[in-house]
Amino acid sequence: MQDIATTEQPPMVLAESVTKSFGSLKVLKGIDLEVGRGEVFCLIGPSGSGKSTFLRCVNHLEAIDSGWLSVDGDLVGYRREGNHLIELGGQEAASRRARIGMVFQHFNLFAHMTALKNVMEGPVTVRHMKKAAARELALELLASVGLADKADAYPSQLSGGQQQRVAIARAMAMEPKLLLFDEPTSALDPELVSEVLEVMRNLASGGMTMVVVTHEMAFARDVADRIVFMDQGVVVEQGTPSEVLNAPQEARTRAFLASVG
Amino acid sequence: MKSTAAAPSRTGPGTPGEADRSALTIVRRPQYGRWAANAVLALLAIGIIASAVLNPNFQWDIVLKYLTNRTILSGLWVTIELTVIAMSLAIALGVLLALLTLSGDAWLKTFAAAYIWLFRGTPLLVQLIFWFNISALYPEISIGIPGGPTLFSFSGNSITPFMAAAIGLTLHEAAYMSEIVRGGVLSVGHGQGEAGLAIGMTRLKAFRRITLPQALRAIVPATGNQVILMLKTTSLVSVIALPELLYSAQIIYARTFEIIPLLVVASLWYLFMCTLLSIGQHFLERRFGRGFQQPGGTI
Repeated sequence: MQDIATTEQPPMVLAESVTKSFGSLKVLKGIDLEVGRGEVFCLIGPSGSGKSTFLRCVNHLEAIDSGWLSVDGDLVGYRREGNHLIELGGQEAASRRARIGMVFQHFNLFAHMTALKNVMEGPVTVRHMKKAAARELALELLASVGLADKADAYPSQLSGGQQQRVAIARAMAMEPKLLLFDEPTSALDPELVSEVLEVMRNLASGGMTMVVVTHEMAFARDVADRIVFMDQGVVVEQGTPSEVLNAPQEARTRAFLASVG
Repeated sequence: MKSTAAAPSRTGPGTPGEADRSALTIVRRPQYGRWAANAVLALLAIGIIASAVLNPNFQWDIVLKYLTNRTILSGLWVTIELTVIAMSLAIALGVLLALLTLSGDAWLKTFAAAYIWLFRGTPLLVQLIFWFNISALYPEISIGIPGGPTLFSFSGNSITPFMAAAIGLTLHEAAYMSEIVRGGVLSVGHGQGEAGLAIGMTRLKAFRRITLPQALRAIVPATGNQVILMLKTTSLVSVIALPELLYSAQIIYARTFEIIPLLVVASLWYLFMCTLLSIGQHFLERRFGRGFQQPGGTI
């Protein structure tokens, strides 16, 4: 893996032996993964397998304990000095995170702002765009997720599916090079799942690099370029959807797939 | 049988003999209890007002005479000054203490907890008298580098009643404010600040732009309460002979023995100030409640 550096572009996400513990609980026990540019990468596995934690490590919402984790060639949350990785603070850590979009299970829309303001917030306060331009961008993005008419609604006035689509528009407003989805449909009523998956499908077909933690096997099968099955803090198996879902090699993968139907 | 005879009534307005059932007048259940309660309370209110107006001992003419007395007005001004100064400083200090408590650092947390323990656990009256007499404990207060220059020096003897009052009220109030701020911040979901970080905000910016405005929704009503409480609590400083509103009234009635009318004068001013504060609080609450209104509900 050392020889990528000069000629080729680095992979979008590169994880080598990433570990993470919460107290005495080892959540990630040495994760090696590589996400290529434009790839849609689905992480599946039972709850507690560490997939959400790994996702949160990618944009440094959680700090890793050891290993190497880079996005587009840059370390997130650290800089290297010789043999040391030194944790970044304040502005520098924030700006490296700005172009990694994240969509949360519980949407986390800013409750005191309208849908439009939610989408404008990043461009205005982080990218220092002019308000008028940010507004135009936000309206455009809301239209692209089918919510042009909800611009002035507060999150509490929107359904779960609508909130999640606004959250995707908010992430897109930062012009991310990578989008992380943390179980984006798990908190939704069943009939609202498809409208969110539809938006994600559109993003995928537009060439966005996406890492998706999901329990939607049908979505993973249709959209993913690669599926990774994690269990108890390790990557058990990875491959194309047909390899992992149709012909799993590992007993643990087979047991999990049987349990989710 | 009766039951079979009743059955056809389900067929609707066409039933013979009851052609226009749909036009029947609905008679609401009389609410005797509510009417009785209204009557009793109305009588009570009339009685109290009448007794206040007709009782010559209230001496309303004297109340009117002193309402805009110079001593009273300057006392009112001291009360307002003390309230504004003590409350502003207490909010600032309270936010600081809340941040210590929320920092997650065990020692910082312990420090804040000790502060709150001390200043919430002793009577304000004692604290006020204590600060007024601080010179007995520390004749000279100075901050400097040991063996180096003195940066700040202050003689305990030169503490004025106003300073003692402002310090006492501030330090006491800060203990309460820190708990209010902490509660407000905790009422905002963890995911809000995290979503701010995820779009590239620094921790400080995410706190300022995302968490704090939502925390204010919980902080403002409680703080409004504290301001109103503070306005009246300033009357305690009369014990250290600071002529605020109540003490100013006392100064006058000590001379004229018109005790009741002067207490009424002071009370009318406190009521007036509280009314203004309540109106202000209402508008602040509406401002920070944005996005949280229940559809068609109460706010």
